[in-house]
Amino acid sequence: MAVMTRELRASYAFIERNMNLTKRYWGWEVGFLVYAVAAALSVTLIGEDQKNERLIFSLMIGATFWNYLSVVFSFIAETITWERWEGTLEYTMMAPIHRFSHLLGSVLFALVYGFVHTAVVLTVLVLFFGLDLTGADFATAAFFMLLGSASVVGIGMIAAILPLLYVERGDQMTYVLNSLLLLFSGVYYSIEILPEWMQVVSTFVPGTYILNGIRAAMIDGQGLPELLGNVWPLIVMAVVLIPLGLWLFGLAERYAKRTGKLKRVG
Amino acid sequence: MTVTAEREPAQVATLDPAAIAREASPEALSGTSRTPALLIEHLSKRFVVGRKRKPVTAVHHVSIRIERGEIYGILGANGSGKSTLIRLVSTLLTLDEGRVAVFGHDIEREEMRVKRLINRVSVDAAFFKKLSPWENLVYAARLYGLEAGPAQREAVRILSRLGIKESRMSRPVEQMSRGMQQKVAIARALLTSPALLLLDEPTTGLDPRSKLDVQTFIEELRADHDATIVLTTHDLDEAERLCDRIALLNDGRVVAEGTAAELKTQVVRDHGGAATLENVFMTYTGRSLDEDVEEESDDAE
Ligand SMILES: Nc1ncnc2c1ncn2[C@@H]1O[C@H](COP(=O)(O)OP(=O)(O)O)[C@@H](O)[C@H]1O
Ligand SMILES: [Mg+2]
Repeated sequence: MAVMTRELRASYAFIERNMNLTKRYWGWEVGFLVYAVAAALSVTLIGEDQKNERLIFSLMIGATFWNYLSVVFSFIAETITWERWEGTLEYTMMAPIHRFSHLLGSVLFALVYGFVHTAVVLTVLVLFFGLDLTGADFATAAFFMLLGSASVVGIGMIAAILPLLYVERGDQMTYVLNSLLLLFSGVYYSIEILPEWMQVVSTFVPGTYILNGIRAAMIDGQGLPELLGNVWPLIVMAVVLIPLGLWLFGLAERYAKRTGKLKRVG
Repeated sequence: MTVTAEREPAQVATLDPAAIAREASPEALSGTSRTPALLIEHLSKRFVVGRKRKPVTAVHHVSIRIERGEIYGILGANGSGKSTLIRLVSTLLTLDEGRVAVFGHDIEREEMRVKRLINRVSVDAAFFKKLSPWENLVYAARLYGLEAGPAQREAVRILSRLGIKESRMSRPVEQMSRGMQQKVAIARALLTSPALLLLDEPTTGLDPRSKLDVQTFIEELRADHDATIVLTTHDLDEAERLCDRIALLNDGRVVAEGTAAELKTQVVRDHGGAATLENVFMTYTGRSLDEDVEEESDDAE
């Protein structure tokens, strides 16, 4: 019990710290939001151009989800890079906490941050296109978002490894992972148009099921019972990816400690 | 560090001797001799830098035994391996060879236990520079399982002893002088009541006034409590003034060890010359400390 409290307090330390940092950089946050809205809007306008309401919906959901993933990823990747640059990484790593609490705190904040960020983008898009969402099943869409986030936590932990391993360009390396997810998740198109082998890869990417679920719920108003085929793969992936992420991070930490990479550069 | 009373019990290790005894391993307590605060045996660490394959041996078969309540100085030029040694003890680097035990706890097998017993102050006061000292300290305290309230009260107490007013604590760290930042870094380490405090060149690069403040504070720590401190420095006067015993580190090896007086007597007896630490240093390392300090190491700032 005492251990739990201690670890939860540690997780909270990361959430609180990141909240404070976000507050300090509010000007930058506003700019980032403008960027995200503009990017999502540009993509969704393709649907408008094609005079296709369904395409507008589909692109909007893709663009919003993509924003969510990118925000979560870049946030996780940046915190490690940032900590190394400030020199605080060594202090964080020598603190008596389990790596799970550390990563959980960092990733949870990233998820909440991504959620808020994405909600703003979505609201702007819906208002801009004057979309009719009366037939949408919001509860089911939210469920997919939450369930999918568990897999994203796992992938986020894996993404956090890169800046640990690559002292100089590690955070940029996470964009490689990010772009692969973009390609294989069917963010802007349906997976069926991909070549056979790419479709095989797609079945192992959580984004595929998250997007399927959200699209079916928002556009066709489908509920959970009809979408179970998209639920169980997400559960399996969460169960696999979180321990995998943790284990890989542990390996990377050990490597960093063996080769002296926790230290600030320069 | 008389914070213990304000805190729930068993949250962190304290400098209270009874608490330290509780933290010590059973076999250590039943043994005949007292468990040393820090035991380093045949410790080595190599780094492979860049594409050129030749590894740098930063720490080479170092063995050190530090008793409780001691202030132990590690004196060496830049690049002699002081920070590497501190990082090894801090669990920030894995050991290539040898073993390290903190109050009888092996740092590899009981890493979490050891982490709770130690804290470190590095030469560069590392903070989230945009955050205030408050925010930085509360973050650090939470990582050690402390609550924000008691941690802040304790921080105020430590910082007032170091000459920093509470009113300075809410502005971003980046607006503080180096000296001030280093004092906040010391407060951050003491906040967690470490049984073993690792100070890696805590006064390097400070203005004379801050340097004196920090040195005085370290002396007070020794006078008031039975803190065990490892202090690295390349300042001979500082080593002589603050440290009970001194090890001379040269190219990752301990080349001499003893009290300042012992070292001086020994050098005069064996090699002649003046009875100064400077002479000791020159004799055992074959170099002048001042020369080396000139060329900035990558660790200095
Ligand atoms: N993380 C690291 N990666 C590679 N080489 C390192 C690292 N840390 C230290 N070294 C090397 O080890 C030697 C000792 O460095 P260091 O322990 O920082 O000495 P000091 O603290 O006494 O100045 C130096 O040659 C330094 O370049
Ligand atoms: Mg150093």
